[in-house]
Amino acid sequence: MSDHTHTEVTITFSAAAGLGLQTAEDLARSFLSEAGYYVFSSREYMSRVRGGNNSTQFRISTKPVRALAEHIDWLFALSPGLHSNITENISSRTKILGDADVIGEEISKMGFELIDLALANKAAELGGAYYSSMIVAGVIAGLFMLSDETADTFILQKFAAKGTETVENNKRAFRIGHQFGADIVGKNAVLPLPQQKNASEIFLDGDTALALGAASAGCNYVTTYPMSPGTGLFTFFAKHARELGAVVEQAEDEISVINMAVGAAYAGARAITTTSDGGFVLMSEGISLAGITETPVVIHLAQRPGPATGLATRTEQAGIEVALHAGHGEFPKALFSPINVESCFKCAGAAVHTAQKFQTPVIILTDQYLLDTGYDVERPDPAAIPEPLQPVKAEKGYKRYAFPNDGNGISPFAVPGYGDEFVNFDSHEHTEDAHITEDRALRTKMNDKRLGKLVSMRKESLPPITLGNPDAEIMLVCWGSVFEPLREAFEALGRKDILLIGCEQVYPLAEDFVKLMRSDAKKIFVEGNATGQFARLVRAETGVGCDAKILKYNGFQYSAEELRVRVEKTLKDLGL
Amino acid sequence: MIKTAYDYDGEFSWCPGCGDFKILEALKLALHELEVDPKNLVLASGIGQAAKMPHYMRCNCVQGLHGRGLPLATGIKAANKNLTVIAVGGDGDMYGEGGNHFIHAIRRNPDITNIVCNNMIYGLTKGQGSPTTPRGTKTSTQPFGVTSQPLNPLLLAIAAGATFVARGSAADVPKTKELLKQAIQHKGYALVDIMQPCVSFNKTHSWQWLMQETKWLDETYDPCNLEEAMKLTLQTEPYPLGLFYKTEPRVTFEEVQAPYLSGDDTPLWARKPALDAVKKLLA
Ligand SMILES: Cc1ncc(C[n+]2csc(CCOP(=O)(O)OP(=O)(O)O)c2C)c(N)n1
Ligand code: SF4
Ligand SMILES: [Mg+2]
Repeated sequence: MSDHTHTEVTITFSAAAGLGLQTAEDLARSFLSEAGYYVFSSREYMSRVRGGNNSTQFRISTKPVRALAEHIDWLFALSPGLHSNITENISSRTKILGDADVIGEEISKMGFELIDLALANKAAELGGAYYSSMIVAGVIAGLFMLSDETADTFILQKFAAKGTETVENNKRAFRIGHQFGADIVGKNAVLPLPQQKNASEIFLDGDTALALGAASAGCNYVTTYPMSPGTGLFTFFAKHARELGAVVEQAEDEISVINMAVGAAYAGARAITTTSDGGFVLMSEGISLAGITETPVVIHLAQRPGPATGLATRTEQAGIEVALHAGHGEFPKALFSPINVESCFKCAGAAVHTAQKFQTPVIILTDQYLLDTGYDVERPDPAAIPEPLQPVKAEKGYKRYAFPNDGNGISPFAVPGYGDEFVNFDSHEHTEDAHITEDRALRTKMNDKRLGKLVSMRKESLPPITLGNPDAEIMLVCWGSVFEPLREAFEALGRKDILLIGCEQVYPLAEDFVKLMRSDAKKIFVEGNATGQFARLVRAETGVGCDAKILKYNGFQYSAEELRVRVEKTLKDLGL
Repeated sequence: MIKTAYDYDGEFSWCPGCGDFKILEALKLALHELEVDPKNLVLASGIGQAAKMPHYMRCNCVQGLHGRGLPLATGIKAANKNLTVIAVGGDGDMYGEGGNHFIHAIRRNPDITNIVCNNMIYGLTKGQGSPTTPRGTKTSTQPFGVTSQPLNPLLLAIAAGATFVARGSAADVPKTKELLKQAIQHKGYALVDIMQPCVSFNKTHSWQWLMQETKWLDETYDPCNLEEAMKLTLQTEPYPLGLFYKTEPRVTFEEVQAPYLSGDDTPLWARKPALDAVKKLLA
């Protein structure tokens, strides 16, 4: 942003898929974090397994950082054919490292200078391209003047099985890189070490935080059909199924995924499924089934740009409307929209709890950017997640859809095989004991019972996160992953007449949020889609429209700098 | 008629004379003889005439979406291994709308019984061609005759790896009951396709046709021979009835799922969140 030169440094890696650079990135991220820096990391990648050009951005700072930056201080350009999202952000302050014979010409054509890494030669001397990754990690350690032994423990752990020669070569690779890095900066670290960092912090990305939140809530039935960027949640549960005690299944299609989850939840499992927009749409009828059968299921919808296959590995926030309207008929549901990594953990817990308490489908909207983004967070506390609700025993006379006396629409939840009575389930309009009915009065009453749950659900909706002046004349409204870049832009603007509002739940709208919308302030909605879906939902629900929209839908997340410029321009256009 | 714990005394919406009544009778008798506790039994289905069966039996009645009875039943069984789970539906439900699930449920091998009431027609929606309707049959939606090749569900099931594949008939309750008993006792996925007349919409495959054009396998038939079983599925008029194929049970879907690996069969609802594991992952 304005001038962070003394408090932060950004490093961007751009390389073809399949080069194995992720080891270097993960290693560097963890040693920088351990050294005491705050590290924000975000990935963007192409929909291909090899080749192309993918990039990772690190923002390394002496203060907490949690959003994408635009400018590049250090660029590791390891494959030819840099993409425009990189070249647009190269400036005179960018130091570009790469192999002269790979990328020298490309860089000089752009009018910049290349620092020749001679990575291929260095790696070849050690025994092959295999060592490039450790050299790159070494260069980073050198730039920050960390010890050249920084990676020794890691190397030993990772390569011991491959023999001492591999271990020694990797150590040497790291030191060669280190020397190179240290020389570039003339032995002056690119960034001073911050004051002691909070020891209770831990690096987490959105995917992991979401999975851990779901696990803390007791999710023990996880199904998917693989689809980027939704697969990560499942991969986590599959890997840790034994510790977490979860049934995990990759089904034949999303229709099976949701129907299995509904079946499991009927029998008492705490079920979550994960997918992206295309697969989500295939689940529609199953979501409707969960609606009429009042079955608690959570669906994680990791949004990506559409229509159809769209941009398979990119990011977007265009799923609100499809999520809100998923499933025919009218029934209640809740839509959570975590705004950052901590919020992923919290919302996963809230989603499971809401689904159980109100016996209805709940959707969590995330996106590729949020799931692939990580930074240091206060270590989340599993005990802060509500404990799972226990089913009641089906005593004689139990009826699954009994009209409750208190009028809140929630019938006691029992499971088959526990108690003396049957626990029925029916996708038709049904009687209290779940048998088919065409009784008109009963139909109306059952529909009212289900929809009536929305009233109590709304009371428990997560209130919006707000920053700034509560009596401000201007409101910046966002939901989901736009929050952190917008927060940074908002802080950089430094205006006292703005209130920033970030929604972790977009449906039903929390009462506090509705109150804010009813104020006279000018409302600017900032969203990662082309039409302003949340603004439209808010208008439909409250009758209040927005004064301006800031939208983006090219497959990439906003950077904080970009948002500052766009917010400034919007304010100017509005005469504010 | 023998009284069972499963008897329901309400109204039926099946047409008088429908084959489904006989299938229901055979199923209740099989469960009665096996002494399956109705509280522990889940009868799950999709949508169709046959799929209404759960409502006509006293047990845990589960009726989901058209074509989705198998995933629903699979989820139930994995959430609580101690339940006896049966998935029932029609030929359209199980082989048409749910065709993909049929193949993959067999591969996945949950310990459930799959009953398909095969009337070679869509009954509930009033007589359209189903995946098992013979070529040339004229229906309201195929007025010039069905042109697609009928599906051979038994052959498909064997090819997909089913370890128990049988065909019964609504016209023979005692023998079909015996097949159902064996299927319920079989560990893993078991298919029992049951031929039945639809008296309202399938004029070709009447009760008389069913009795004339089917033939029970005799005692000498060995169901353990894969190749013989496959050949047998190709026979028509008379259609063979009985246990076509049975082999060593394979590992079931649920028994190798993490929660049950240690031999602890506690249902998922009674399990606590693994907070210690989460804390370790956050360490
Ligand atoms: C998604 C969906 N598509 C179509 C239908 C309409 N439908 C209900 S039952 C059925 C076919 C029934 O045939 P079958 O499964 O053979 O059962 P039968 O009535 O013959 O016993 C159809 C097409 C539906 N309920 N849901
Ligand atoms: S329409 Fe056919 S299958 Fe349906 S109840 Fe009537 S006879 Fe039975
Ligand atoms: Mg049929």
